[in-house]
Amino acid sequence: MDVILFLAFAAIAVVCAINVVVQTHPIASALSLIGVMGSLAVLYLLLGAEFIAMAQVIVYAGAIMVLFIFVIMLLNAGAESKSGRSLAVQLVGIPGFFALLSLLAYSILRLFPNARNVHFGGFTKGTARDIGQALFTRYLLPFEVTSVLILIAIIGAIVLARKEMD
Amino acid sequence: MTGVPLSWYLILSAILFVLGVAGFLFRRNIITAFMSIELMLNAVNLTFIAFSYQLQQVDGHLFAFFVMVVAAAEAAVGLAIILTVFKNRNTLNVDEVNSMKY
Repeated sequence: MDVILFLAFAAIAVVCAINVVVQTHPIASALSLIGVMGSLAVLYLLLGAEFIAMAQVIVYAGAIMVLFIFVIMLLNAGAESKSGRSLAVQLVGIPGFFALLSLLAYSILRLFPNARNVHFGGFTKGTARDIGQALFTRYLLPFEVTSVLILIAIIGAIVLARKEMD
Repeated sequence: MTGVPLSWYLILSAILFVLGVAGFLFRRNIITAFMSIELMLNAVNLTFIAFSYQLQQVDGHLFAFFVMVVAAAEAAVGLAIILTVFKNRNTLNVDEVNSMKY
C-alpha cells in the first residue's frame, strides 16, 4: 500500500514538474505546479509530517500560487516567444541535466545504502503539538527573526509595487 | 519488505530539484523561471522531511516550515519586482531585460 501510494503520487509529481518546465504558457505552468505541491503534500503525510502537509496545501498551493496566478492575469502574460536558442545550448544542456541528475542519484545511493524503510505511521512526532513545542522553545529565536523577515517583505513589496507619487 | 526505501524519496527530490534547475535555465519567461525556483524549494523541503523521518526527530519539519516562510516572503517581493519590471519595460522576457538602467 505504501509503495503504491508513493509510486502514484511520485509519478504525478514528476509528470507535473516536467509539465511546469515544458509548457510555454505561464498559466499552464502554474496549474502544473499546484499539482506538484498537492502530490508532495500527500508524500509528506506518508512521511508522518501532518502539520507540514497542511501548511503545504494552505501556504503553497493556496496563498503563493494564488499570488502567482493573480500576477500572471494582472500582467496578461501570454505564451512565451521562441527565442533564437542555439543548437549548442541544447547539446550541452540536456546531457548536463542528466549528468547532474545521475550525480545526485549516485551520491544518494552511495551515502545512504541502508536507510530506514518508510511506512505510514512510522513517525508520529510531526503533529501540530510537537511542532509548536519545538518552535516555541528550541527554535524561538529563528521564529522571531522570521517575523522580522516577513515585516521586511511586506514593506519591500509595498515600496516596490506602489504607484509613483511624484 | 514493507514500506518504501528512504532513498526513493531522496531520488524523487533530486529529480524535482534538477527539473527546477532546468526550468530556471531554459525558460525565458520571468514568471516561469520564478516558479522553477519554487519547485526547487519544494524539492529541498521533501529532503528535509525525509531526513526527519530517518533520524526520527522533528527538527527537519521546522526547517521545512522556515523554508515555507522564506518562500512566501520571497514570492511577495519577487512578484512585486516582476510587476515593476513589467511596468518599466513592458516585457516579461528575461533576454530583453539585460541592462541595469533603462
